[in-house]
This record gives sequence, C-alpha cells and structure tokens, in this order.
Amino acid sequence: MTAAHETATGGPLLQIKDLHVAFRDEKKNIIPAVRGASLTVYPGQTVAIVGESGSGKSTTAHAIIGLLPGSGHVTSGEILFEGQDIVKAEGGAILALRGSSIGLVPQDPMSNLNPLWKVGHQIKEALVANGVATGDAADKRVVELLEEAGLPDAERRARQYPHEFSGGMRQRALIAMGLAARPRLLIADEPTSALDVTVQKQILDHIDHLSDTLGVAVLLITHDLGLAAERADHLVVMYKGQIVESGPALEILQDPQHPYTQRLVSKAPSLTSRRLASGHSRDEVRQKSEVAARKVAAEVAQSTDELGEGSENVITVQNLTKVFKLRGARPGQSIDFKAVDDVSFDLRRGSTMAIVGESGSGKSTVARMVLDLLKSTSGRVLFDGVDVSSLRGPELLRLRRQMQPVFQNPYASLDPLYSIFQSIEEPLRTHKIGSSKEREARVRELLDKVSLPVSLMRRFPAELSGGQRQRVAIARALALQPEVVICDEAVSALDVLVQAQILELLNDLQAELGLSYLFITHDLAVVRQIADDVVVMQDGKIVEAASVTEVFDNPRQEYTRKLLDAIPGGVIPLAGTS
Amino acid sequence: MSERTTPRPGQERFVAPLDETPLQEVDAVDVHASPESQWKEIWNRLRKSVLFWFASAILLVLAIMIAFPGLFTSADPNFKDLADSLEPARDGSPFGFDRQGGDVWARTVYGARASVAVGVLTTIIVALVGTITGAIAGYYGKIVDTLFSRTADIFFSIPLLLAAIVVISVINNLYPDRGFWGGVAVIVLALGAFAWPQLTRQMRGAVLEVKTLEFVDAATAIGATRWTNLRRHVIPNSLAPVIVTSTISLGVFIVAESTLSFLGLGLPNTVVSWGNDLAAAQIQIRSGQDLRVMWVPASALAFTVLGFILLGESVREAIDPKARKS
Repeated sequence: MTAAHETATGGPLLQIKDLHVAFRDEKKNIIPAVRGASLTVYPGQTVAIVGESGSGKSTTAHAIIGLLPGSGHVTSGEILFEGQDIVKAEGGAILALRGSSIGLVPQDPMSNLNPLWKVGHQIKEALVANGVATGDAADKRVVELLEEAGLPDAERRARQYPHEFSGGMRQRALIAMGLAARPRLLIADEPTSALDVTVQKQILDHIDHLSDTLGVAVLLITHDLGLAAERADHLVVMYKGQIVESGPALEILQDPQHPYTQRLVSKAPSLTSRRLASGHSRDEVRQKSEVAARKVAAEVAQSTDELGEGSENVITVQNLTKVFKLRGARPGQSIDFKAVDDVSFDLRRGSTMAIVGESGSGKSTVARMVLDLLKSTSGRVLFDGVDVSSLRGPELLRLRRQMQPVFQNPYASLDPLYSIFQSIEEPLRTHKIGSSKEREARVRELLDKVSLPVSLMRRFPAELSGGQRQRVAIARALALQPEVVICDEAVSALDVLVQAQILELLNDLQAELGLSYLFITHDLAVVRQIADDVVVMQDGKIVEAASVTEVFDNPRQEYTRKLLDAIPGGVIPLAGTS
Repeated sequence: MSERTTPRPGQERFVAPLDETPLQEVDAVDVHASPESQWKEIWNRLRKSVLFWFASAILLVLAIMIAFPGLFTSADPNFKDLADSLEPARDGSPFGFDRQGGDVWARTVYGARASVAVGVLTTIIVALVGTITGAIAGYYGKIVDTLFSRTADIFFSIPLLLAAIVVISVINNLYPDRGFWGGVAVIVLALGAFAWPQLTRQMRGAVLEVKTLEFVDAATAIGATRWTNLRRHVIPNSLAPVIVTSTISLGVFIVAESTLSFLGLGLPNTVVSWGNDLAAAQIQIRSGQDLRVMWVPASALAFTVLGFILLGESVREAIDPKARKS
C-alpha cells in the first residue's frame, strides 16, 4: 500500500516511528531528549502526550514542525505526515507544511504575540504567508477567524494590541492564528497551563468544538493526566524521554499498567477525591495543636494571660479590606482599586483553611496582610486575639515566630547566594536562638523533617529542583516552631508527582507538629486533598465559605459550581473508586 | 472519549518493559554533586573564557610594571638631557628620547602608575557612591528615591569631561603644585563627583527587581528588619551589573585622565604620566617626525584600556551567560 493510498482510505495523518531527538551541550556531548518514541494520529482525532517537565513531550511536538530549540536535532527515526517523511524533507518542504498543514498553539500566550503589532495584523501575516488570502480579503478573514476562536466583537479586537487582551483572549488569538490556514493537524503545547481553570475549560471546549467542526486532528501536550484523559481519544505517557505507555484514554486511566502511569493516576490531584489521611485522626491533630500552642504561648508570652492561648481560632480575620491606588488617566490622578473587599474568616487551630480563587481574586493580598507584610486599608487580623498590625518591635518579632510563610515560586523564595544551611539557619540567627553549634544541629533536624539528606546543607538553591527548594522553604518556615504556616500557592509550580509529595509532607508535618495552615491556591483539586475548610474568593470578595466536603458535594454559589466543573477529568470514573 | 472499542493500527495498547525505563524515585536528590555557589559558578565560566585570560595577561604585565618598574628599564624617567633631544634608540633606551631628552620607554613604564592609580581610585569611589545611593533609592523608594534619583539626574546631565575641567581648573588656581598624590586626588575627585550617577541608576534598577523577589518577603516574615534585609539579601543580589560596569569604566577613567592631562589640566607636569607625555608629543604629531615619542605611551594606554574593557566583557559573560552573542 502506498502512502498516498493509505491517507485516502482513512490511514494515519501523522506517524512517528522510533524517533530519537538529542541536544548538544557546551562540551559537544550528546544529551538524548527523546528516545525511540512512536505514535500515530488519525485525521480528526485528539491525541494527548502526557508527562512531567523534562519528559520530552514538548521536544517531540517541536520535532514534528522542525522547531527544535538550540542544538536540538533528530538523530534517527521517521516523522511521516500524510506519508511524507518530514525529517528527510528539505527545509522548504517543512516550511510549506508549517501553518498550512500543521498549526501550533504555543504554551505561553503572554510572550507569543508581538507586542508592537496589532493582533489582527499578526493573524493576517499567517494568512498571507500561507497564501490563503491577501489584502482586504485577508482582513475580512481575520475577523471571521477571531469570531470562530470565540472572541466577541472581533472586528474591534482585531485592531487592538496584545497588551489590551487578557491571557485567555490572547490564547484565543493564537488559536485563530494556528487555524488560520486550515491545517489538518493542530499541535497544542500546554495551551492552557498559564490560564485560570475556568478559562482553561472554555479554551479546551473551544478547541474540541473546532476540531469537531473542521475535522482538525489535535495533538495535545499536557502535564495534567485528568485533562488529557478528558479531551483525548488516545493517550501517550512519556517519562524520561521514552514512551512508557500508550493506548485508549479510558483504558489507561482505569487500568494503568506501567508503574509510572500507575503513579501518575494515583497522584493526579484532579482524579483523587479524598483528603490525604495521615496516621492521626483530624481530632487528634487539633488536640495536639492546642497543646503545642500552650507550650509556645508559655515560652513566648511574658504572662500567661497575655495571649489568648488555646482558643478555638488561631487566626481571625475581620472585615479585611485593601484598596490600592492605581495611576489614573491624567497625571496626578489616581483610581481606587479594591483588591480585597470586606473579607472575614476564622482559621481553626490545627486545621487547614484554603482560600481559593482565580488570578486577581485578592487571595494572595489577604495572605500578605495576614503575615503583616502589607498594611490593610481597614479591618483587622487577630492572631490569638491580638491585632497583628498593632504590634511593633519585640512584639512583632514574637508574632513572626508564630506565623511563617511558604511562597509560590520555588525559584525566587530562597536567596541564591545563601547555602541551604544559611537559608534555614537565618530565622534562628535573626531571633538569636542557640549557639552556632545548636543551630547547626537544629538545621540537621529540620532537613531530616522535610526528608532531605543532611549532605545538602552546603549546597546552593540553584543546584536543587523546584520540589527540593520548596522543602527547604518549608524547613525554613518550621525553624522557629510556628503555630501557623501560610502557604501561598506553595505547590502550584511543581510537577504533579512532586506536588503530591509536598502535600503529603505538609500533611504529615501538620499531624506531627499540630500546625495550622492557611493555604492559598487556585486549584480546587489541591484543596480537596489538603484542606478542612475552604473560602472561595472572586474579585476581592468571599463568595462562599464552608467545609471542604460541603463545598464539593453541595456548592451553593454559581461561581463555585463553575470552578468545580472546570476541574479537568473530574467526571472520569476510576477503577477502585466509585 | 472514543467510541471505538478496537484501537486503530498504530494505536494499540502499548506498555514499555520496565527495564527499559527504570522508575526513579520522585524528585531524587543527587547527593554526590559538590556544592556550587553562584560565585564559584561564575569563576568556573570565567576560567574557560579565552578573553578573560588574554585580558588577565595584559593586566598582569601592567601590574608588574607598576610594582617593579626597575625590571623593565634601568633609566630614570625624570632624568632629561637636552643633548639627547629626539635622539633615536640606543642601548638601554629602546625607543629613544623625547624633545626634552627624556627616555621615552622609561617614562612610559613609570607613567603606568599615575594612569592606573586614577583609574582604580575613581572606580572605587564611583562604585561605592553608586552602590550606596542606588541601593537606598531603589529599596526605600518614594520620596527618598525621588531625592536620590533627581540629584543623580542633575549630575548625569552635566558632561563628565567638561565638569571635570571646570573643577580641576578651579582647584589648580587655588592650590598649584600638589605633587603626585595631590594631583591624582584632584582628578579622582573631579571624575568621581560626576561619574557616579550611571552606577546609581544601574544599582537602583537591580534593587527594584531584587526587592520584589520572594526571599526578601520571606526574610521580612522571619523578622529581619528592613536594614538587615537590604544588607543581607538585596545588595548582594544586585551587585552583578555594578561589578561589570565598574570593570569596564576603569578603562574609561584611564582614558579620561589622559585626555585631561593632554589638555594640560590633568596631572601636574612634574608627574610622569601617559597623558602628559602625549601632550608633550603634540609637536611631533603636527610635524609627523619622530612619531615614536607619541605612539609608545599611546600604545601603552590603548593596551591598558583594552585589558580592562575585555576583562569587564568576560566578567559580563560569566555573570550573565545569556548575554553572550551566539
């Protein structure tokens, strides 16, 4: 059977056979990135490649359109597009395929549009380059494409610049661009990982819809197994540059065979439905935390009645409001922007309270005010009954001991010039605790607590992975034996498996030390794994506050329901769970 | 979801044998690697740079020339005999004599001291003032920033050489005859007083970026005061651009000193310096005769400046490998 014949009779659109891709480092060493990958995509089908960062999933996708970065090159194997080998093709042949036959929706909508050109112009470029249309016809087509991509008021939008678009709108523009020349294959490389969940759902729904109506095949690259299983017919799981498992999506999810896939399925936050259980019951944890609180209070307070030790709520937030002054249209003018609007909640001792919201909901601003890193415009934060913002000098220092943060970005939360030892020792040194020998012993103990080898002490943050850095940040937060740890998107930047590991660690530490967590996140799936209570925020206001089971089983607000629906893969029945 | 129960060819269920891709522990720590601080990493990159070793070789020769001028010449740079005026090279004087009868090579060797002293001292002063003002302006912001930044802008708007000429002329009129160190001090002050704003701006920019990073917030939450935070975290992490600019500007200040001396406003005539020798060689430039009197100190100057600029460039590449042109 010839290749052309194969395509005509419903043969595969894209076939990758035993593909090897490698990079060259500074010393000209060959570093393999993809080893022996094979996969097949049929016309109109959605195939997903799933894997963690560094698994080679994006590299595979980029090899297909000949856009491997830097020293990347295909070392062996075939990529057949409609029977034609792209690897052996001359440069011009790939150029002809790009755009017209294979479209790409890139990962980061923020940096993939040229800020100097109007959005419409950039889509027109794609049309002209592929010879679809020119001049006025192209302008008309641009508007149609934007409309098709789900942008309302497309004619006006086409004349706007990228900075006037939100992240979701930019991604729609990029989809319009990717589909401009009606390709037969659309490669979507993590098209929604930078977007809010509700926007993610819209965008993915839209790609689904377009692929159905236009008959475009979609190769979806993602780290989220739940998302992949929900959207794709065929799943390809990659690990360390190799395909470890592939097959029909449902089958893989319900009956994973390879240990790595089994791991992924068991840890995917969107697929697990219960709170992580530690060896202790929740009540036990709370009791322990009250004992710990009394101990700390006795140690810290000058008189026993100074701090309201042992009370039910460790943190009480009352009518907290933050107004930022933004620069107005005219010089000297300012506009008030209410980032946080009348927020109140209680954090019960020994429990985990999650604040959930999309970007711009004000959740991180709340965290910063609770930590007294930012002054509130009005309202109060009470820690054990004491107003946080009223504290000065030594009293404030005492508060700092009891409340510690773990931040989002593992690459920015540790001073790159400080060794791991110095970073964890810093809080002890600041509070002048112990002699240098005692401090070193304490740092060893802390590293052990977060399951890092002591040999890491003299190393530097740049040598550690994101998850390891986050462990160091947790160790630093625990150095002063705080009662409350405030995690501001502490696991959002991590790979699924590492994320699960850190969540388990946080949970175990809570049980062991009786900690109370205030957990800021955009990910409801994570909330389900770690939190007892949840506060849902939208546009600075609390829209719903209840226990986690209540919110998940019986959401009262439309917005909460929308958030829950947007969790990818939430409806897929798994083997073993009902 | 797929309605097909039988997968199409090429999409059959596939499970890789485990021994091909052994499962590794999640987020395993490489315990055998040796610690690499940022500075050590920069040094490792610097070590591999040809540019760095070339620049270092030039500067090493220069350093020896300054420390032990006797190794390069046995002549006295201040000894002049009019009988030797514009005499060609002879034994012990490889480049002959200038118009006054001074040994050209000896004067060039000894002249390195003045040039490098001006360059190094000015750079130290400018780097100190720039780092401190820039750090304070960027870190404290608001009115403090306005105050420091606008002051820097005012100084920045005055042309460096012009301002230095004015300051030096005034001091020259008030205190003539200051000797070697007196002369150097005046030039250093005159250049330093107007050259700091560039570093202030750079430092301020770096601090503005660093102070928003989460480790600064983490330190605040630990209980570190603003001042401790600035000292421990913000300044050390903002120093890279200052180091690069300072190394490169060292060469620029040496040129500035020579320019001032050439104009007759730099070091006093009694001091042996490249600028003064170049000024004295003006007649040769016009007549086109005995040009060696000019090109020996000029080459020394050019090589020195090249050394510092190349050093700065290699340090820049080592600190920020992405800046390298590929």
